[in-house]
Amino acid sequence: MSHVELQHISKFFPGVTALDDISFDVKDAEFFVLLGPTGAGKTTTLRVIAGLEHQDAGSVLFDGEGMNELAPSDRDVALVFQQYSLYPTMSVYDNLAFPLRSPLRRTSAEEIRKKVEETAEKLRISHLLKRKTANLSGGEMQRVSIGRAIVRSPRVFLMDEPLSNLDAKLREALRIELQHLQKTQGSTTLFVTHDQIEALTMADRIAVLNEGRIIQIGTPEDIYDRPASTFVAQLVGSPRINLYTARQEEDTVSITDSDVNLPVQSGVKLPAELLLGIRPENVKPDANGIFTGHLVLAEPLGVETILHIQSGQRTFLSLVPGISSYRLGDVLKFNIASEHIHYFGLNGERLQS
Amino acid sequence: MATIELRQVEKKFGDLHAVKPLDLTIQDGEFIVLLGPSGCGKTTTLRMISGLETVSGGTIWLNERNVTWLHPSERDIAFVFQFYALYPHLSAWKNIAFPLQAQGESRETVEKRVNEVVKLLRIEHLLKARPGQLSGGDQQRVALARALVRHPAAFLMDEPLGALDADFRETMRSEIKRLHVLQHATTVYVTHDQIEAMAMGDRIVVMSEAQIQQIGTPAEVYNDPSNLFVARFIGSPGMNLVNGKYADGVVQMAGLDNRYAVPQGWQGAIKKGLDGGSDLVIGFRPEAAQIDDLGKLVGKVYASEMQGSSAVLHLTINEDEIIHIRTDRLIPYPIDSLVHFDINPQMVRFFSLNTEAAIQPEVTQ
Repeated sequence: MSHVELQHISKFFPGVTALDDISFDVKDAEFFVLLGPTGAGKTTTLRVIAGLEHQDAGSVLFDGEGMNELAPSDRDVALVFQQYSLYPTMSVYDNLAFPLRSPLRRTSAEEIRKKVEETAEKLRISHLLKRKTANLSGGEMQRVSIGRAIVRSPRVFLMDEPLSNLDAKLREALRIELQHLQKTQGSTTLFVTHDQIEALTMADRIAVLNEGRIIQIGTPEDIYDRPASTFVAQLVGSPRINLYTARQEEDTVSITDSDVNLPVQSGVKLPAELLLGIRPENVKPDANGIFTGHLVLAEPLGVETILHIQSGQRTFLSLVPGISSYRLGDVLKFNIASEHIHYFGLNGERLQS
Repeated sequence: MATIELRQVEKKFGDLHAVKPLDLTIQDGEFIVLLGPSGCGKTTTLRMISGLETVSGGTIWLNERNVTWLHPSERDIAFVFQFYALYPHLSAWKNIAFPLQAQGESRETVEKRVNEVVKLLRIEHLLKARPGQLSGGDQQRVALARALVRHPAAFLMDEPLGALDADFRETMRSEIKRLHVLQHATTVYVTHDQIEAMAMGDRIVVMSEAQIQQIGTPAEVYNDPSNLFVARFIGSPGMNLVNGKYADGVVQMAGLDNRYAVPQGWQGAIKKGLDGGSDLVIGFRPEAAQIDDLGKLVGKVYASEMQGSSAVLHLTINEDEIIHIRTDRLIPYPIDSLVHFDINPQMVRFFSLNTEAAIQPEVTQ
């Protein structure tokens, strides 16, 4: 396995800057997720690493070794795409064995059998080995695709939204298994997704991309707890973070068009006008709460309920455990955990450390 | 305003039952969600209510009037599809006004009703744009406005958020629900997304294999699923379901040496529910498991997931079964380490392995 380094990668398509000076390091055995909306440059970044796309500036290094001049086949990477690209007429066994049978590798039949069987076991597809891939379900096909990538030990795994064509339950199950596999194999993995929950749950570190630029790199905790901008704050977390315009005066922040005034955390210097981000789990209904609103909507999700509390002209989303018994129109007192408030400038940049 | 009643409604395509005979009464002003995986019969049911699909048997009643054989246009029902079905060459305003103009309403009435509805949906700024110039979310808002403007007796919606990305879906979900709270028009809403169903429905009709599995409020289907299908389908992740053998108040689970002492109040019910057998399934939600060093049950760490404000720990308890425990965000446990836990006795459920049905608790005196 390998350490992957991108140095000042730029890529231009006619009229667009697809990648604008992208640099990051993926450590050996790290699960590194590229997260961003459509058009952010995630897939292009992955394709540049694979050698399927050539950058206009910058370098790709594996273990310090320059890859720029190497063809995709010489980079020793394994790719898994959203669309499973399996050979429909071949059995699962032959699909898995295919990468090992490459004349470049010269693997013995016995060794191939051993590796295919091991891989099938890891992905819980041993019972499917004799089946033709055309007769498999979507989830099974994606397991085989992943199997075909891991059957040999490439330097780097590159995965481009491999779960997004699957239904929710399968996605959940494969998410857990991919993570387990990656951790137990210690494989260096770059994983592209637009789904924030996939990024949070699987990544050791996340790079958030937007419009061809890196906005923030950090652990899931960094990204969730200390978003670098309102863009990141809104991209990550469900339900979405509450975001308000506010005014600061004498160390009190007032959310516009509401009665909510909050003390500023000591040590933070704030401008007169700013944006305030409050995660829904930090808006807490409390019989002795200092703020008052009324319930305009409740969305019971099962494990928790999203309450929409209107206070003045503003609506506060609040995430509470269980299925709440509040009724629409109820007057609710609530508190806001001020130690967890995020402050942003009007340009969207984070103001505190 | 409308009540809708389905009496033994069924649909057959040749020999195949797309919908087996079902009964469903929808109250005036209710928001009903038909929930299930693809092919379960939910959309066919909706289309029979609308009249777009004929029934193979049974009757449909709208406000106690038999509408089974009425043309869709005679049923006073508005339909919203997953794909917006807007006229591409007309402005948003004209799209919204169209159903009223087609009914021959006066110009004043049209303007008044369109103004009302665009204000409600907050789309005043979009009225001049053509559908092609609008985002998916805005197109769906226009489609909703066009459905609302008619003041129909009932709304039928077929996965109206299915084509939107996750972010927008969350916003539109609460907008549609909010609209319902304000207007209280009877609504039948089809989705395969259990989160949408839970968040929006007054009651949820869970369907699978052409029939109804359970009808209940979100709390009922979540806390007391009627069978294994509902238990698995509702929740993300679904309910933990572990096979075991029951004898003398104790369940021996498969795999690791896990013996679960059944709460007193359940023992009689289980005996009765299993009808002499011993194969049962223990069900508990991820939040019903509590990690405790002295806990009597044990699993091996398979993976852990940070999910934002909380975390989920995945444990293997035998070769095939992974269970999920919801926890606060914490220092991750190393893979393969052993974790002890208990199940909150208020939140444990039991199912018969043979019938897959939930065992009903005995009524406490």
